[in-house]
Amino acid sequence: MDFLYTIWIPLIPFLLFLLIGLTGMYFKPIVSGIVGTVGLGVITLLSFITAYQYFFVDGMVDGVYQKIVAGSYTWLAFTDTLHIDMGVMLDPIAVMMLLVVSIVSFMVHIYSLGYMKGEKGFSRFYAFLSLFTFSMLGLVVATNIFQMYIFWELVGVSSFLLIGFYYDKPSAVAASKKAFIVTRFADFGFLVGLLLLSYITGTFDFKTLTSPEGIETIRGAGLTFMGASAVTWAMLLIFMGGAGKSAMFPLHIWLPDAMEGPTPVSALIHAATMVVAGVYLVARLFPVFIMVTPESLNVIAYIGGFTSLFAAVIACTQFDIKRVLAFSTLSQIGYMMLALGVSGYGEHGLGFTASMFHLSTHAMFKALLFLGAGAIIHAVHSNYMYEMGGLRKYLPITHLTFLIACLTIAGVPPLSGFWSKDEILAAAWHHDKLLFFIEFAVAGLTAFYMFRLYFSVFWGKETHYHHTPHESPLTMTIPLMLLAVASIFAGFIPFGEFVSSDGIPHHGEIHMNIAVPSVAIGLLGILVALLMYRRETTVPDRIAKALGGFYRTVYHKFYIDEVYLFVTKKIIFNLISRPVAWFDRHLVDGTMNKVAWVVEFSSYRTRQLQSGQLQHYAVFFVAGVLVLVLTFAYFLF
Amino acid sequence: MHEIPLQYILIVSTLMFFIGVWGFIVRKNLITILMAIELILNSVNINFLAINRFLYPHHLEGHFFGLFVVAIAAAEASVAIAIIINIYRRFTTINVENVSEMKH
Repeated sequence: MDFLYTIWIPLIPFLLFLLIGLTGMYFKPIVSGIVGTVGLGVITLLSFITAYQYFFVDGMVDGVYQKIVAGSYTWLAFTDTLHIDMGVMLDPIAVMMLLVVSIVSFMVHIYSLGYMKGEKGFSRFYAFLSLFTFSMLGLVVATNIFQMYIFWELVGVSSFLLIGFYYDKPSAVAASKKAFIVTRFADFGFLVGLLLLSYITGTFDFKTLTSPEGIETIRGAGLTFMGASAVTWAMLLIFMGGAGKSAMFPLHIWLPDAMEGPTPVSALIHAATMVVAGVYLVARLFPVFIMVTPESLNVIAYIGGFTSLFAAVIACTQFDIKRVLAFSTLSQIGYMMLALGVSGYGEHGLGFTASMFHLSTHAMFKALLFLGAGAIIHAVHSNYMYEMGGLRKYLPITHLTFLIACLTIAGVPPLSGFWSKDEILAAAWHHDKLLFFIEFAVAGLTAFYMFRLYFSVFWGKETHYHHTPHESPLTMTIPLMLLAVASIFAGFIPFGEFVSSDGIPHHGEIHMNIAVPSVAIGLLGILVALLMYRRETTVPDRIAKALGGFYRTVYHKFYIDEVYLFVTKKIIFNLISRPVAWFDRHLVDGTMNKVAWVVEFSSYRTRQLQSGQLQHYAVFFVAGVLVLVLTFAYFLF
Repeated sequence: MHEIPLQYILIVSTLMFFIGVWGFIVRKNLITILMAIELILNSVNINFLAINRFLYPHHLEGHFFGLFVVAIAAAEASVAIAIIINIYRRFTTINVENVSEMKH
């Protein structure tokens, strides 16, 4: 049995997008919502069928999971080997991502039925969600790097549209622009990198690129530039694209602002799926990275490690619950990048498996956290945790699921976060002790800031609300419960059996010498948060005051945004843009304006000749003929 | 019979041509302008016939061209008179100086 039906997985949401986008305004809004949700249900079902068939029936040949091209269409052919295709390729990480994306997207579709109810532009919202799902699924199953790039830009634009969903709110508009410009800037690196790579290898195709022959071709390329080989530059530029999308330091600035979008969007795009596209990209090209330029993997590992620490520290000081979660996302994606960076190949590919494992468990529990945060915001009508407290009595289901998610992200066994985080830490330990200790500290910080959030929202001081908060409708709580179940049990999947860097199943095991300290530091973080935030105390304020300048720096996110503003506004705008603009306006435009002025002036003068008097024209005509005749006569005789 | 020399005929046709051009330029009545055009055309006709007669007496191309010009002149006159009638309806005049809408 072949996999041809999988082409419907990206096609269905595209058709839904056209249907809802073009005809949505003729129906009641709820119709668009239900059509979109049912469509996503079908896709989720198809993804499960694909996963079953791939992992248990057809995917494995001679003990290795194959890269299977289910369908492909040559779109642009440049040469025999260099052509851009549109198609569907299945391999373990693609199938895993299909599952993750369709499950989270399906949950978000159901959830939005309740959360977005009565919003202006309800069906527009569903149209954009379908567009995003289409782009993300197309990215996941891309057969070649250029198809991936096309869908990469498509997810960028759907993210832009959804962040700016409340387009009458200036902050949302600014945030969507920021997200688009920052990721677009990074994508430029991606484009240059992939063109460079295809120039070296003569192909865009993932299957050829990652095959042993492809690796040999790449290794044979002797071009160098500024002390590093052209391949290293290409891979680093491609990673730059991934870092922009996955919000790695220093391109992370757009993600916290992206929280201006509706909360289900944050859950889907800015927590679970789109932001891990960068990790997915690195995983896709992992054989090239590890075989040809292992030194660029070191860069990736350190950027990932630094981002995770950096974001975790900031998350401890934020008060907007969505921003805490956004920085937590940054931190967790840093984990995934680091795991890829420290990974070896084949037998030593623990980091690769761990990264993908963490990607899928993180998608579940972070989507749960965001949807839970959405339920809280829905009930309290505020984003700020100092306006909340004691909510456990009012929102029992949200409380329970949120607690599960917090325990999961803190790495408490036997919830899923524990298993994936343990593998990452083990991989880091074998590669680089410094990175291990960074991640170890981050594990503690993660537990601390998540439980800071949890205690201040659900326990803490008794707050008087304008009207009593009430539990969300079933459409919102059912996805919460389903995702909570997924967060609890996803860790028991023997992930190494399915996903590995070379397609050969490896047996995973738990590393006691690492698991015990990491659980201990997680529990320590929870305990500190419990002491500080369980009841309303002055301890947090006193600590903030004692830290003084450091606290303020962290609270302002290390002033990275200000640095960017300084560099762009003060340096680039003043020193480069202004002279260029002056040159353009005065010299280029000025020349053109003068030419236009001369033409205009002379035509103004000559138009007086057009008197409308027939006989004037006749006089000119006769005079002209006479002049010609006389001229000829003069020259001839 | 004593033949009239070619030069005489050419002088007559040249005079007719320039009288026509002069009339075209100075007369204000559109009908008169049309008549001036006929003068120009017929002066050319005289040239055709005369030159055919003096240079190639055994050929008839000049005669045919003369007939052709007469036919064209007839068609041109009918079109021109139709235009003049329309101008009269539009402007209630056939004075060419008053018909100057098509200018800058």
